[in-house]
Amino acid sequence: MAGNTEPLSPRAKLAVTAGKAAAAVSRAAGRGSGSVIGGRVALKLDPDLLARLARHLDVILVSATNGKTTTTRLIAEALRASGPVVSNALGANMPAGITSALAGGSDARYGVIEVDEKYLAGVARDVTPKAIALLNLSRDQLDRAAETRMLAEHWREGLAGSKALIVANADDPLIVWAASSSANVVWVAAGQEWKDDAWSCPSCGGVMQRPGDDWFCGECGFRRPMPSWALSGDHVLDPHGSAWPIKLQLPGRANKANATTSAAVAAAFGVPPQVALERMFSVQAVAGRYDVVSFMERELRLLLAKNPAGWLETFSLIDPPPTPVIMSVNARGADGTDTSWLWDVDYTRLAGHPIFVLGDRKLDLAVRLEVAGLDFQVCDSLDEAVGMAPPGRIEVIANYTAFQDLRRRVGN
Amino acid sequence: MSDNSLRLVWIYPDLLSTYGDQGNALVVERRARQRGLDVQRVDVRSDQQIPTSGDIYLIGGGEDRPQRLASERLIRDGGLSRAVSNGAIVFSVCAGYQILGHEFINDLGERQQGLGLLDVVSTRGEGERCVGDVLADIDPQLGLPPLTGFENHQGVTHLGKTARPFAKVRFGKGNGVGDGFEGAYNDTVFGTYMHGPVMARNPHIADLLIKLALDVNALPPVEDRWYEALRQERIAAATQPA
Repeated sequence: MAGNTEPLSPRAKLAVTAGKAAAAVSRAAGRGSGSVIGGRVALKLDPDLLARLARHLDVILVSATNGKTTTTRLIAEALRASGPVVSNALGANMPAGITSALAGGSDARYGVIEVDEKYLAGVARDVTPKAIALLNLSRDQLDRAAETRMLAEHWREGLAGSKALIVANADDPLIVWAASSSANVVWVAAGQEWKDDAWSCPSCGGVMQRPGDDWFCGECGFRRPMPSWALSGDHVLDPHGSAWPIKLQLPGRANKANATTSAAVAAAFGVPPQVALERMFSVQAVAGRYDVVSFMERELRLLLAKNPAGWLETFSLIDPPPTPVIMSVNARGADGTDTSWLWDVDYTRLAGHPIFVLGDRKLDLAVRLEVAGLDFQVCDSLDEAVGMAPPGRIEVIANYTAFQDLRRRVGN
Repeated sequence: MSDNSLRLVWIYPDLLSTYGDQGNALVVERRARQRGLDVQRVDVRSDQQIPTSGDIYLIGGGEDRPQRLASERLIRDGGLSRAVSNGAIVFSVCAGYQILGHEFINDLGERQQGLGLLDVVSTRGEGERCVGDVLADIDPQLGLPPLTGFENHQGVTHLGKTARPFAKVRFGKGNGVGDGFEGAYNDTVFGTYMHGPVMARNPHIADLLIKLALDVNALPPVEDRWYEALRQERIAAATQPA
């Protein structure tokens, strides 16, 4: 705490200490990292602690429906070229987890913070960020979350008047709507495969026109802003028109988009794209995602997909047939208890792959695949599914709690 | 039904497809094809004209503002009402169900006119949203097995004289009036609050629509193994306290 502790008030210090003690107890009791309970205790003792901890840092916030944990990691790695970084790297992204992460920081210069979509406006108010990266917004957990368009509206209101530099995806109309109330925006053409939450103009309700990569509302003139950064194939195009190769260990188009946004953020803090992108190469698995593990003499690649947009991006990165695909779907609290989103996912893209389904809601998935006209096997366990697949690579795609279950089973 | 091809129209996926509503279109399409029918599926965006020659029309659920826009555009278009007067079958879910009634409460908190194709009036409930698994008995006249679905709405829908309750809930809220009824229907127009999507959990409803469109009493059987397994699981889930 060298850099941070000195200017803190006695009350804030006490709060940090109490929080760490609670976290240690939680860890000792085998209940995870303890970061959330620690943060809760600390915030209770000093409700302004988050603001105080952030005061001595250049804070960068990252929010989105998909990709925020990975992008937070990429930005953190890039900025380490310029100074020490503290970050909630494990994805505890609500105020308690964020407080805990900042309190655990050393003499950091930067705080790179992933924020849950619902908390973005509030956290942005508390921590006075220097920059905010906004990646995408799409339907997710509709049984308990706000409507997607309302979330964009909430961001827009919360970010109006913010002094932060907003680094935002020009290809997602909901993100553009959320960001364009801010004075200081850097637009990034990061792409967005999923389009079904933005056919209706967020400004006037008109029908969105989408010729090629462009988009605009035919009625009110709300349209795609001119980006200054862009993802172009395997390269980042910077505002000067220079192309920088993206080299990542992380797979897929979506991660190239995350790297592009991260390079734009890093540049705002004086880290040139070349340096930023080279540093991003060191990021391997993020909280187990994209990890390849050996299990029962097969190589399982663990892929997290929580919502239709995430599944779509995941299908575009898996190895071609005949690589087997195991899919596991749950509908517990953290997943959302409504499984209707399965019908927004185009599973016909899995044609040709041997398919195995498991998880609490394997029967919902079975009906979905039956209607898609695919062949599949319903399995009771990961072991059973893996046992039916030939040796070699297997793509394993799961939603949130199903992913945690899989990690436990394979000892990841 | 014309020349052996079933015309299936999915109305306004750009506005009313928030809860996997495409699923209902996919299930109807799949089960019609399995019976050897040629299916022409037309997805109509809200800046396009509704064709009046469809056999089955599907309308899904959506958020509050898109619901208002959809109702305005459907009234302006007029095609769906003309199709119904020609005898077309309509199946609607949640926001779509409210739009087919006489009126509903829009995102501005105002009473808004619907299409009046179903004799129902919807308001907004004061209490918590109805969210969770539902089990209901479908009107015996329709000869269908129990209805299983997932509800997620705050609507309260009152039935008028010419609308019949589609089902009576055993577990869940349904129309939210307190009388235990769920959904409404008349000769050719159906409405329900059930997501899931509802056809995935109740493929017999898809078959009913196909039979009405073909004007036949029975269809050749198809493999229902996974639907049945899912139904049993969800019915058990609805009857157990969360």
